[in-house]
Amino acid sequence: MSSAAVTRYIPLARALHWLLALGIVGNFALGVYMSDLPFSPARLQYYSWHKWAGVLVLAFSAVRLLTRLLSPPPALPDAIEAAMPGWQKLAHHATHVALYALFFAVPLTGWAYSSAAGFPIVLFGVLPLPDFVPVSEGLADVLKELHELSAFAMAGLVLLHVAGALKHHFIDRDGLMSRMGFGR
Amino acid sequence: MNTRLLSLALVAASLSPLAAQAQQAIVPAQSEVSFTSRQMGVPVDGKFKTFSAQVAFDPAKLASSKIAFTVDTGSADIGREANAEVVKPLWFNVAAFPKATFTSSSIKKLDATKYEVAGKLAIKGVSSDVVVPVTLAQNGATTVASGAFPIKRLTFRIGEKEWADTSMVADEVQVKFKIALTGVPKL
Repeated sequence: MSSAAVTRYIPLARALHWLLALGIVGNFALGVYMSDLPFSPARLQYYSWHKWAGVLVLAFSAVRLLTRLLSPPPALPDAIEAAMPGWQKLAHHATHVALYALFFAVPLTGWAYSSAAGFPIVLFGVLPLPDFVPVSEGLADVLKELHELSAFAMAGLVLLHVAGALKHHFIDRDGLMSRMGFGR
Repeated sequence: MNTRLLSLALVAASLSPLAAQAQQAIVPAQSEVSFTSRQMGVPVDGKFKTFSAQVAFDPAKLASSKIAFTVDTGSADIGREANAEVVKPLWFNVAAFPKATFTSSSIKKLDATKYEVAGKLAIKGVSSDVVVPVTLAQNGATTVASGAFPIKRLTFRIGEKEWADTSMVADEVQVKFKIALTGVPKL
């Protein structure tokens, strides 16, 4: 099997994939790091950055979902599809559905958590975003838990996604990964 | 008999100006003292849970009217995480300065319900002149005095050292109050 047989995602989809890969991994790392810092100006600064980045992830994920709906991804090449056992096909689709759900769930629970904790989000310090939930300590506790759980679930799925891609690249050597690549 | 009547009359006469200037009582359950600071553009609301006031206010005798207000700095409530911090020396330094006070020096009537109360605001050992606009609303036996005024937190050294950076926490803090009083003479 040669990679020439593989149809790529459209350029916009590829660009959004890598932009969001960077944004999500970076913001996850920032989130994990900042939550253990002692109270300090740096901590507040990181929290603001984390929220702004999260809002961007949410916005670009919406664009990405729209792009995917308007221009559905290329089907798996027949040879690869035929070589995959049923559980792999199921895992392939389930992972993508779950990832997309989490692209929205993680930022939205973070946004709601911030609102519930009494810190409305002001994007880049200038654009106030609406609060969808009231200020409440009890609600903030629940939303914080949900934000963390969904973020770690997403991290787990991202690892699975990367493992799958690397398996196709290095073990199957089927060129599947080039669907998301640039260049020749 | 005559002496007794005379003394009663004297007591009554001496009491009457006092009666007009009687102290009003604050109704804590219907009163609020809150503030809004800005952290990287984000409005963060807080309030003081414990405060008291000594009010001797007579709209007909403004020159002798007096307002003294005390807030327990340790009762600041900004949210769980900040509450543990705001009592520390860099912020309110509650251990050394447990009370913030306002003492009126003059009261000016603007119109039927609006007044300007000038006085000294003392927080964290620093005293500064402020003019507080007050709007009065009477409803039955209760008079609600409300208003808002800005203060500069750095004037009072609220947020020192690394917290003095106003790009992180703005210098201006909006203070709001709603004080319910009983015993205020009719406006």
